[in-house]
Amino acid sequence: MEYVSPEGLRLDGRRPMEMRQIRAEIGVVAKADGSALFEMGNTKVIAAVYGPREVQNRSQQLNDSALVRCEYTMANFSTGDRMRKPKGDRRSTEISLVIRQTMEACIMTHLMPRSQIDIFVQVLQADGGTRSACINAASLALADAGIPMRDLVTSCSAGYLNSTPLLDLNYIEDSAGGADVTLGILPKLDKVTLLQMDAKLSVETFENVMQLAIEGCKAVATYIREVLLENTKQLEYRRGI
Amino acid sequence: MLQNKSFVKRTRGGKITKVVREHYLRHDIYCGAPICKVCDTSQARLSPTPSTILIFDTNVVLNQIDLLENPAIDDVVVLSIVLEEVKNRNLSVYNRVRALCSNSLRKFFVFSNEHHKDTYVTEMSGESKNDRNDRAIRVAAQWYQTHLAGSARILLITNDKENKRKAIEEGISAETVESYVRSLSRPDLLDLLVQPASEDVNMEEVEDLRPSKRKIIYTEHKPMSEITSGLHRGIYHQGKLRVNRYNPFEAYVGSESIGDEIIIYGRTNMNRAFDGDIVAVELLPQDQWHEEKSLALADEEDEEEDVHLVPGSADDAPRTTAQPPGSAGVTEPISSRPSGRVVGIIKRNWHSYCGSLEPMAMPAGSGGVAHALFASKDRRIPKIRIHTRQLENLLDKRIVVAVDSWDRLSRYPSGHYVRTIGQIGDRDTETEVVLIENDINTRPFSSQVLACLPPLPWSVSSEDLANSIRQDLRQLRVFSVDPPGCKDIDDALHCTSLPNGNYEVGVHIADVTNFVHSDTPLDDEASQRGTSVYLVERRIDMLPKPLTEDVCSLRADVERLAFSVIWEMTPEAEIISTMYTKSVIKSCAALSYIEAQARMDDSRLMDPLTTDLRNMNALAKIMRERRIQRGALTLASAEVKFQIDTETHDPLDIGMYQIREANQMVEEFMLAANVSVAEKILKHFPLCSLLRRHPTPTREMLEPLLRTAAAVGLNLDVSSSKALADSLDSAVADDPYFNKLIRILATRCMTQAVYFSSGDLSPPEYLHYGLAAPLYTHFTSPIRRYADVIVHRLLAASLGIQKLPTIFQDGTRLTSIADNLNYRHRNAQMASRASVELHTLIFFRKRPTDTEARIVRIRSNGFFVFVPKYGIEGPVYLTPRGDKGGGEWFVDEQQQKIRKMDGSMSYSVLQTVFIHLEIVEPQPNRPKLQLTLV
Repeated sequence: MEYVSPEGLRLDGRRPMEMRQIRAEIGVVAKADGSALFEMGNTKVIAAVYGPREVQNRSQQLNDSALVRCEYTMANFSTGDRMRKPKGDRRSTEISLVIRQTMEACIMTHLMPRSQIDIFVQVLQADGGTRSACINAASLALADAGIPMRDLVTSCSAGYLNSTPLLDLNYIEDSAGGADVTLGILPKLDKVTLLQMDAKLSVETFENVMQLAIEGCKAVATYIREVLLENTKQLEYRRGI
Repeated sequence: MLQNKSFVKRTRGGKITKVVREHYLRHDIYCGAPICKVCDTSQARLSPTPSTILIFDTNVVLNQIDLLENPAIDDVVVLSIVLEEVKNRNLSVYNRVRALCSNSLRKFFVFSNEHHKDTYVTEMSGESKNDRNDRAIRVAAQWYQTHLAGSARILLITNDKENKRKAIEEGISAETVESYVRSLSRPDLLDLLVQPASEDVNMEEVEDLRPSKRKIIYTEHKPMSEITSGLHRGIYHQGKLRVNRYNPFEAYVGSESIGDEIIIYGRTNMNRAFDGDIVAVELLPQDQWHEEKSLALADEEDEEEDVHLVPGSADDAPRTTAQPPGSAGVTEPISSRPSGRVVGIIKRNWHSYCGSLEPMAMPAGSGGVAHALFASKDRRIPKIRIHTRQLENLLDKRIVVAVDSWDRLSRYPSGHYVRTIGQIGDRDTETEVVLIENDINTRPFSSQVLACLPPLPWSVSSEDLANSIRQDLRQLRVFSVDPPGCKDIDDALHCTSLPNGNYEVGVHIADVTNFVHSDTPLDDEASQRGTSVYLVERRIDMLPKPLTEDVCSLRADVERLAFSVIWEMTPEAEIISTMYTKSVIKSCAALSYIEAQARMDDSRLMDPLTTDLRNMNALAKIMRERRIQRGALTLASAEVKFQIDTETHDPLDIGMYQIREANQMVEEFMLAANVSVAEKILKHFPLCSLLRRHPTPTREMLEPLLRTAAAVGLNLDVSSSKALADSLDSAVADDPYFNKLIRILATRCMTQAVYFSSGDLSPPEYLHYGLAAPLYTHFTSPIRRYADVIVHRLLAASLGIQKLPTIFQDGTRLTSIADNLNYRHRNAQMASRASVELHTLIFFRKRPTDTEARIVRIRSNGFFVFVPKYGIEGPVYLTPRGDKGGGEWFVDEQQQKIRKMDGSMSYSVLQTVFIHLEIVEPQPNRPKLQLTLV
C-alpha cells in the first residue's frame, strides 16, 4: 500500500517529517497533585500524579529513594470497537512498566526517600502513538505536581514505510507492519531514556529514523515548555504577584 | 487546518465500525503551472504557456486511458481525488496514470486537491459519494480558473451530463471527450476513443440488421452480492480462469474450495470471461458433465489447429483432458472431472491485445466509421469488435486493440484501436508482436540507468587488486566454453592437478554485483526485466550492453572480476572442500563448444589447456554418472538452430541443435556450482534464500505419457524420479530415435522449475525433481538472469563480504520478486519459441519440403505429428475439415490407433509417416504451415 504519495503527502495530508497537531492542558484533575491532558492528533491521554506521599504498602518502602508507581489503562471507549479489555493485560502491564522506568530516570527520587509517587495515565482516545502521548502527559503532570526532575522527558515515535522515514505514526501507519521506533529523551541533557523498536531496520536507516524521532521529541519539549511557562504565568497572575 | 473525516466501514469479520481519521489541509500545495506568480514553481510540470489546461474526471481517466497516453493530450492536471477513485476501481489504469505523471516528457501534474485548504469539500447531507467527488472536481477546476486568472484556459473533460451541466452553471468550461477530441481535428485520435455506452445502441442496431443475431447470447452475470453469498454457501467457486492455449473453447478454473480444476466447455458456459479473469463458477449437474464434453469436441474441431513448436514442458503443452483408460466407445463412464459454467466475473483481466483485423470488404462510403472484427494473435482471446475510421490502413496491419466492454447481446466483446505495429508478415512487425504479447520491455535503457555504469573504458584497477576480499587468480589457466559467437560470457573454468593427486576445479562467474548495486536505477531495471530474452535474430539484454559485452563478460586475455567457486576434488570427483571467493581472473581462451570438443578429440594435442579439458571432462562424466544414479532425469528437447543470412536476416537452414560432450561438461560443473552455492546460502539465510525447485509431477500429469507408452507396449515406472529415469533408460527399441522420442514426450509432461524464497516453503518442497537435487539455485549466469544477481548478493553476504540489502528482510517483497522472475522467465521462453516458430514459417515460405515425422497423438479426424528435423508439431487431417469423421475412420483409444472402417489402413502412435510441409494462405495475409500425408 502507498503510505506516502509521490507528491510527498501521507494518507492524512501530512508530509513525512511533520507531526500531528499537539495540544496540552494542565490541571485537568483537581483532586490530583498534578495532572495534564495531552493530545497528538486524535490520540488523547490524561495523566494524574499523586505524591510524594506516604508509602501505602510498607514492605515496598525504599529507604534511600522514592517509590515510583505507574498505571496505564485504556478507556473502553478509546477505540472504535467496544471491546471490554481486562485490566492488567500484557500490553498495559508492559506500557506501565515502560512509563515507570522512563519517568524514574528523570525524577530525583533520592530527594524523597521513604515516599511514594503514583502516576496514572489513561488513554481516552487511541490513534497510534499512545505510548509517546502517555509519557508526554506524565511528564507534564509531574511538572505540575512540582516533583523535582532532572529534565522533562518527552517522547515521539517515528517509522519507516515506503522507504521513507515518517514522524509520529498514526494508527493506520502504525499497523502497516513497518518498523516503529518509540523514543524518549531528556532534551536538555541530550540523553535517551527510552528506545523501543518493533520490526527490523538496517543500521543506516535506523539512524535516520532515530534522528527524526529525536527532532520530534525536541519539538514536543519546546511545546511542553511553552505550556508550562504559560501555566506558571497564569498561577502568578492568580496569586496576584 | 485540521479536519476529521469520519465514515462507517464494514470490517472483514462483518462488523460495522465507525472510522475517524484526521485529515490535514495545507497551504503549501502548489498549482504546478510555471506562469503562476504566487506558487512555488520549482516542482511545476505544466508547460510555460499552456493554452488549455485539462482536468479529467474519474470515468474519463478510467475509460480513455489510451487517449491520455497519446502525446497529443498534454498539460493535464490530475486531481488526487481522481487518482484515488481510479486506484480503487482499476489498479492497472492507476499505474498507467502514475507512469504518465512521473514521465518527464509528459506534462501531467498531480494536484492534491483533497489536502488543499481551498479545494477540500466536505460531504453535504444527502449527497452521495460520487456527487461529492464530482463537486470536488468542479471546485478544484474553479480554483484553478480563479488562481491562474485568465492566463490559461481551464477545461474540465467529463462525460457525465449532470456534472457538465453543473460545471457550466458554475462558470467552468466543460466538454465531453468526444467533442474535445473532435476540436483537435485529429481523426486518428478518434479511433482511440472508447465508445460511450450511449452509442452502444447504434452498434446494436448494426448487428440487429441480421435477425438471427437478435437474441440474448449470454446469461446475465449475477450481481456481486449474490456471488459473495453464493461463495459463502459453497454453491459458487472462485478461481482464475485459464483458457486452453490450444483450444480456446475450453477453460479451466483452479478452485481451492473444490480442490480440483473445474472444466468449462464452450463460450456460452465461459459467459464472456477472458483468460486470467477471476470468476465465480457454478458446477453443472453431474449428468451433464459428459454431454458437455462431446459438445466441446464438436466446437473444438471448428477451430483451427496450427503447426507449432514442440512444447518444452507441460506448461506449454496442449492440455488433454485426462480420460480414464478404456473410455472409448459409447459406454463411456461419466467423466470424473467436474465441469461448470461462469456465473459472474469478480475481477477482469482486460488489457490490450496484438493481432489483426479479419479480412472484410471495404464499406461503401470511405472515411466513414467501419465496424471490424479483430482477431488476436493469442488464440485464447475471442475476437473483438472495433470501430475504425481508417479501415483501409489497418486491414493489412498488425494492430493493438484494447477491450472496453462485452454485453450479453453481442457475441464478441467491443474494444477500440490503440496503435499500429506494422505490416502483417513482415519479420520486424511479427517480432514486435511476439515481444508485446509476452510483455517484454525493449525500450532502451534510460539515462538514469546508464548513469549507474562504471566509467568506460573500464579495466581492473589497482584498488580491486589490493582489495583483501578479492583473491588474485590471474596466474590460473582459466578458460571459457560457450556457444559460438557468444559475447556475454558469464562463466569460465579452470582445473589444475594438485601434488596429492587431487584436482582443484574452479568455476568463475562474472562479478556482476560489483557493478550492479542494490537500490540503484540499474538494479531496479534489471529486476523488472528479470532475464535477457534470446530471439532468433536478436537479443534483448537485461543489463546495458557495455556491462554484458565488455565489463562483465569474461573474455579471453583481459583481466576481469569474478565470483569463484573452487573445489578440491579427488580423481573420483568427490568434493573434498569448497571455497567461495571474489577474484580477479584472466581467461586464456574463449572456446566454443565445437573447438573444445575438437581439442579433446584430437589425440595429438597435448598442450596444458587440452589436458585440463580432458581432466575436466573425465570428472564431469563421473559426476554425471553419479547424478543419474541418484535419479536425475535426462530429458530431451527438440531444440532447433537456424542459420541466418547475415544480410537479409532470413533463415537459410534449420537443424536440430547438436549437444556435444563439451556442452555436457560445462553444464555439469555449472550444476555443481549451483548446488554448492544453494547449500551455502541456505545455511546462512534459511528464511530468505532464493532457490529453484522443480515440483514432482503428479500421476495425472504423466497420464498422456503412460497411455502412449502403454500403446507401444512399454511399461514405465513413474513412482520416483529414479524409477522413471531407469525405465526411460531401458526404453529402447530397434529404432534409434525411439528413446529420444519417449524422452521428449516425458519432458513435456513436466512442469517448469520455478524460483521461490526459502521462507515460503518447507525444506522437503525445495526438491528439484529433474536434477534429483534436494537444493538448487541459479548462480552461474548473472549477466542474463536476475535471479543469479540476487544469489550473488546472498553468497557475498554469507561470506561477510557485503551486507545483505534490506529487501531480503521483507518476505513479501522477496516472494513478489521470485514471482516476477518466474513470470519473466516464462515469457522469455515463450517469446523465443514464438520467434523460432516465426522463422520456421519464413523458412518454409519458399521451400515446400517432404520429410519424416512421428505420430504423437491420435485425434478423431487425424493425428498430431512431430517433425524431429525441424522440431515442430502439427495436425494431419485424414478427413477433410468440416466433415466430422463421417464414420470412415475409427479411433481406438486403448491402442492409440486410428483405423479405417474397412480395415485397409491404420495409424498408431509413434509410427513413422512421411509428410509434406507447405505454406498455404487460406485467407489473404494469414500464412500458415500445412502438413499433409505424402
